[in-house]
Amino acid sequence: MSEPLPDSEAKLTTQQRVVMYRRMLLCRMFEERVYYLFLEGRLPGTIHQSQGQEASAVGVCSVLRSGDMITSTHRPHSHAIARGVPVTSLMAELFAKDTGCCRGKGGSMHVGDRDAGMLPAIAIVGGGIPLASGYALAFKYLKQPNIVACFFGEGATNIGAFHEAVNMAAIWDLPVVFVCENNKYAASTAVEKVMKVKHVSERAQAYGIPGETVDGNDVEITYYAMQRAAERARAGKGPTLLEIETYRFAGHSRSDPGHYRAAEEVASWKERDPIARYEKQLSTEALITPEDMAGFKAAIDRELEEAIHLAERDPSPKPEDCLSDVFVS
Amino acid sequence: MSSSASVISSRELRGREMTLVEALREALREEMRRDDRVILLGEDIGVEGGFGGAFTVTLGLSEEFGHHRVIDTPISEAAIAGVAAGAAMAGLRPVADVQYGDFLFLAMDQLANNAAKLRYMSGGKLAVPMVLRAPVGATTRGSQHGQSLEAFFMHVPGLKVACPSNPYDGKGLLKSAIRDDNPVIFFEHKLLYGSKGARKEKAGLQVAGIVPEEEYLIPFGEAKIVRPGRNVTIVANLLMVHRSMQAAEILASQSIDAEVIDVRTLVPFDWPAVFDSVKKTGRLIIVEEDNLTGGWGAEVAARVADDCIGYLDAPIRRVAAPDTPPPFAPIMEQFYVPSVERIVSTAKQVVVV
Ligand SMILES: Cc1ncc(C[n+]2csc(CCOP(=O)(O)OP(=O)(O)O)c2C)c(N)n1
Repeated sequence: MSEPLPDSEAKLTTQQRVVMYRRMLLCRMFEERVYYLFLEGRLPGTIHQSQGQEASAVGVCSVLRSGDMITSTHRPHSHAIARGVPVTSLMAELFAKDTGCCRGKGGSMHVGDRDAGMLPAIAIVGGGIPLASGYALAFKYLKQPNIVACFFGEGATNIGAFHEAVNMAAIWDLPVVFVCENNKYAASTAVEKVMKVKHVSERAQAYGIPGETVDGNDVEITYYAMQRAAERARAGKGPTLLEIETYRFAGHSRSDPGHYRAAEEVASWKERDPIARYEKQLSTEALITPEDMAGFKAAIDRELEEAIHLAERDPSPKPEDCLSDVFVS
Repeated sequence: MSSSASVISSRELRGREMTLVEALREALREEMRRDDRVILLGEDIGVEGGFGGAFTVTLGLSEEFGHHRVIDTPISEAAIAGVAAGAAMAGLRPVADVQYGDFLFLAMDQLANNAAKLRYMSGGKLAVPMVLRAPVGATTRGSQHGQSLEAFFMHVPGLKVACPSNPYDGKGLLKSAIRDDNPVIFFEHKLLYGSKGARKEKAGLQVAGIVPEEEYLIPFGEAKIVRPGRNVTIVANLLMVHRSMQAAEILASQSIDAEVIDVRTLVPFDWPAVFDSVKKTGRLIIVEEDNLTGGWGAEVAARVADDCIGYLDAPIRRVAAPDTPPPFAPIMEQFYVPSVERIVSTAKQVVVV
């Protein structure tokens, strides 16, 4: 399931909308499977999951074209799926296999595949933001018609690298969209405790670029906001700071029970589940039927089952593979 | 020169059994009670319902001391280090932390250019009494969450560097670090924490140790001979002390009597302890989890070559991580981190029985 979304400057077509729905579903079901694989002790390392944030990943990436690039964070699974990194190679990476998208060297926090349009995710908070500006500088210099979508959390906007890299992109009108997924918490830290302004998007003013805050649990709102920002970037007018308001349903990482969030708060966000909302919207408009949904779920289930099955049988790297890839030889 | 190294066997100690996390927490609590200029700075260290820092060391401290002393910061490592240095000059004793040692690179400017040099640049007028705690070690989290960084900081004049291997040393050294008038980078190994519950490390060692009820401090610059021996000196820190001890047991069964030295602090370094031992055994192996090239072991090898060349009966050997980033896949990580087997086989190369 990585059918490419057609390029779009205009209104979403019915087909695109259904594809976006299906892709969000794939993100969600992938994360749910991975969660249980971790609980069962079948995956090594740690994970940071993105249930609840699928509309951001899918809304943003659905605007991108081939040749565009995304940067991501310690919470990269949905970004990778939305960008079209093959699910088999993602799953294999989580299983630490040689067939993984980083050949077992990266792991959950560094998944990515340049050829699919995603750099290895950067797990240093804010560390991907300068890379995004740099990639965009090269696009501009090389006169390539591409843009970069740079994902990061609201917590990353307090890192010096954010300021330095957004400012550079602004003064040089670089083709990049800074996509801040504001899910209200950086690990256990509530955003109000670490930021005096109400919205991350207000920070755009300081760089002289547009800033916009959108309902990130609505995939179409997110899509159209990204479309505006992407058009601006492609037209050579420079970056936009897009704040996508959303919420993570899971803990910060594998081991986090999330006691710092009120149960009512979590429940109220679950009411706004981006997938359930879109399901309802598409059903109301009679674009999908309950049978379609059941069909999608069954197909995704099979796809994930197959990916797990393959990953488990795939070869591990050899111990001494540790030594390769340090330099270009 | 006679050795200042102390030989302490935990059997001599009376006290409670504690994990490293508990011992470090007790050190913080005691120093905060003793001196209200001691404050803590870090991410997620005092949030209600939170973690008590990435590895639970500060759990419960905001309840006792309040948020004006256990200060939750934004994700801003450069400012955490720099603010700690600024406050330290003005008379506080900040104990800051980063969640993973790898993030010290974000704080490098403030540490290496400011904290380390302000004493010097002020002609001896200023002091920067701060501590920066940092967890190190590879734990299947990949390249940006598993580095061992001691050598970077050992290289900067003006910074002290501690690296305890057990709860007793952890507590005593942290208390000394807090009372030290110089900036101290305090390394803790993730697999030695003994964290419980959700923060438990799968591959973590069970290194609970005896920590006395009564107060004690461990001075910087005193190595500990954790196992006396005659045939070969093994110098190690952090997790590698434990691997070296396991190796020494295996070697003993093969008639090789290894002396294991836990350096405990890298700056200042207890040179007499290592020199005396090498003069006795004639052989030296240095075991570190850091990358081989330019690791702290290289400095030890050079100094021993300088001072003890006439006593050496075999080449000095280093057992270290190869010159690669920490890989993610456990099978590669096990290759990367020095193993007991590598220490044993290296010892057998230098000691011909
Ligand atoms: C420089 C740095 N500091 C601290 C961390 C530890 N850490 C990992 S994720 C995280 C919270 C990040 O919050 P945010 O950027 O809002 O992203 P979210 O987790 O909400 O997706 C922290 C503190 C890190 N990885 N990098």
